[in-house]
Amino acid sequence: MRRLTYLEAVNEALDEALGQDKRVFLMGEDIGIYGGGFGATKGLEEKYGAERVRSTPISESAIVGLAVGASMTGMKPVVELQFSDFITIAMDQLVNQAAKIHYMSNGQFQVPLVVRTPGGSGTGAGAQHSQSLENWLAHIPGLKVIQPATAYDAKGLLHAAISDNNPVVIYEHKLCYPLEAEVPEGRYTVPIGQADIKRSGEDITVVATGIMVIRALEAAEKLANQGVSVEVVDPRTLFPLDKKSILQSVKKTKRVLLVTEAVLRSSFASELSAVIAESDVFYELKQPIERLGGKEVPIPCAKNLESLAVPKVQEIEAKISHMLFKNDKEQTIEKPR
Amino acid sequence: MKNKTIEKMEQHPNHFKKLLRKMWEIRIFEETLEQLYAKNKIHGTFHLCIGQEAAAVGSIACLSQEDWIASTHRNHGHSLAKGTSMRAMFAEILGKSTGINGGKGGSMHISDAKNHHLGSNGVVGGNFPIAAGAALSMKMQNKKQVVFCFAGEGATNEGSFHEAMNLASIWQLPITFFIENNQYGMSSAFKKMTRLDSIAQRGSSYGVESFSIDGNDLMSVEQLSKRLVQRMRHGEGPFLVEAKTYRYRGHSKSDSCLYRSKEEEGRQQAYDPIRRVEANFIESKIMNKMDIFEEKQIIREKIWQLVQEVEGDSLPSDQELLANIYAK
Ligand SMILES: Cc1ncc(C[n+]2csc(CCOP(=O)(O)OP(=O)(O)O)c2C)c(N)n1
Repeated sequence: MRRLTYLEAVNEALDEALGQDKRVFLMGEDIGIYGGGFGATKGLEEKYGAERVRSTPISESAIVGLAVGASMTGMKPVVELQFSDFITIAMDQLVNQAAKIHYMSNGQFQVPLVVRTPGGSGTGAGAQHSQSLENWLAHIPGLKVIQPATAYDAKGLLHAAISDNNPVVIYEHKLCYPLEAEVPEGRYTVPIGQADIKRSGEDITVVATGIMVIRALEAAEKLANQGVSVEVVDPRTLFPLDKKSILQSVKKTKRVLLVTEAVLRSSFASELSAVIAESDVFYELKQPIERLGGKEVPIPCAKNLESLAVPKVQEIEAKISHMLFKNDKEQTIEKPR
Repeated sequence: MKNKTIEKMEQHPNHFKKLLRKMWEIRIFEETLEQLYAKNKIHGTFHLCIGQEAAAVGSIACLSQEDWIASTHRNHGHSLAKGTSMRAMFAEILGKSTGINGGKGGSMHISDAKNHHLGSNGVVGGNFPIAAGAALSMKMQNKKQVVFCFAGEGATNEGSFHEAMNLASIWQLPITFFIENNQYGMSSAFKKMTRLDSIAQRGSSYGVESFSIDGNDLMSVEQLSKRLVQRMRHGEGPFLVEAKTYRYRGHSKSDSCLYRSKEEEGRQQAYDPIRRVEANFIESKIMNKMDIFEEKQIIREKIWQLVQEVEGDSLPSDQELLANIYAK
């Protein structure tokens, strides 16, 4: 099958959605001839015109606010926030408006809008352009939050998000944009709320999100050469969360490592940890749940410091090795009598 | 008859030499960054103010070290004009431990407490309320210091601009919102994003006295800024200034400027703020062509030496990652 980069896959999904559904339109800063902050909307203004690919002033709160109003009244806006950090400026509209309107109106209004936004570090853009705040939104009832890691998922989930009748926030990762994968032509969807076993294995489950999926897969590959069999589970959507697939995997391997780029404290990894700890699978664990995540620090600019701030492939590998080989407490946790 | 600019320059040649030198330094600093970027030495992004030097230099020349500024992603001119060390800025942008912010901030987040530079902001519009807060603080402490808040015209479409203007106005704060209208916010033309002839028109909704000037004319920038600083010191303010200028380079390091024509660029760059002062100097015989050439050459060599020195500086140590997250 033909291969596309993640960025091309996003572009293609937008292109198809614009082509297939008159209600779909795009809004965002510099999404016209500039192609958006990272090039995801390249060529679309040319093809669909400035009415449907609307370059906006620098007004995040207003952009999302307008999308809320438009989506309540029959349109399907897809917003690009140039950097996910600026979701903080749009927070009122997302959290207090978009997420609540369906509920508060007792179902009279729907808010079928999509916000796509690139997150994460690795580009040296510093603390105000490198955060991973996805957990902030995953906390809010009324919002759906997606974090695709591959080109295939990016396209399929974007189509699913556009078809969804709720506000959906898609966290794309800048470092994923150039990564290639096989991507089918034409519209297809990846269901929102379905995790994906990105690699199956027996010895340990790694649940990772965003770019950490890619890093976990690399670590797994390296460990495979040493005879270690790692299962990598990608939740793909933070909410709704496919708890079943995650728990099934952990039940099978009896060990679990959770990896996110986001700062660990109060992160999505904390939520995953709770989900596992609160389930029956807990009693079958051979050792405590472990987490690996961003250091508790604003992302620095200097390259060497930046790379220290978030998990690297080697760290994931080392952590897994440590869990498997250096842990002397090899018994299952005992059920209380 | 001689024009007023020339007369003024003849009266204060050393003052204007100082300002011109600052503009040269800023431009050569940024040209050097471009070269370093081409050599793959810069991690992260930067935004050049080439073409806008008169706005930064003319306005900040009217401030004392004690007065405050707040800037944006496009801050190199403001930072250098306010007195931030060029060496420490190079080091910052090259991610060295000797950077003005220890390498943690990078180009977009230069701040310098010693020189009362509140910081450059990576969040467009993020600096308006902060700067207004500093002005409030000066007023509440009965201090005479004033605040200049720099931003681009695009930033005035953020809610924060409007909220900060209104608050500064009702509380009569000693702040000048100094908007460099360089015609583009990234790829977005001013005319397409704002249905006004001038950003100065925005002041009237908030009862803020507003001005629109040629931001590429060092003399106009300086004269207006001087007047406003004086009035702010006497309890007046806030003010809004639109300094019309032009961004020569792309928005940031990776921008091929597809949204504007080469012809427009050529036309706009005919009003180069630096070449205008150089021409004035030649006409008033403060400097001749050769002097100018040589002075620039000296600056260029010094800056290149500085870079070589900075390149030898150490990287921040690993321990630095977690240092200074919380104040002690
Ligand atoms: C809140 C926010 N939105 C968007 C951006 C991305 N961005 C950075 S600079 C810029 C354009 C700013 O234009 P303007 O205020 O006119 O300043 P200029 O770049 O022309 O100096 C944009 C959209 C950002 N950094 N912050």
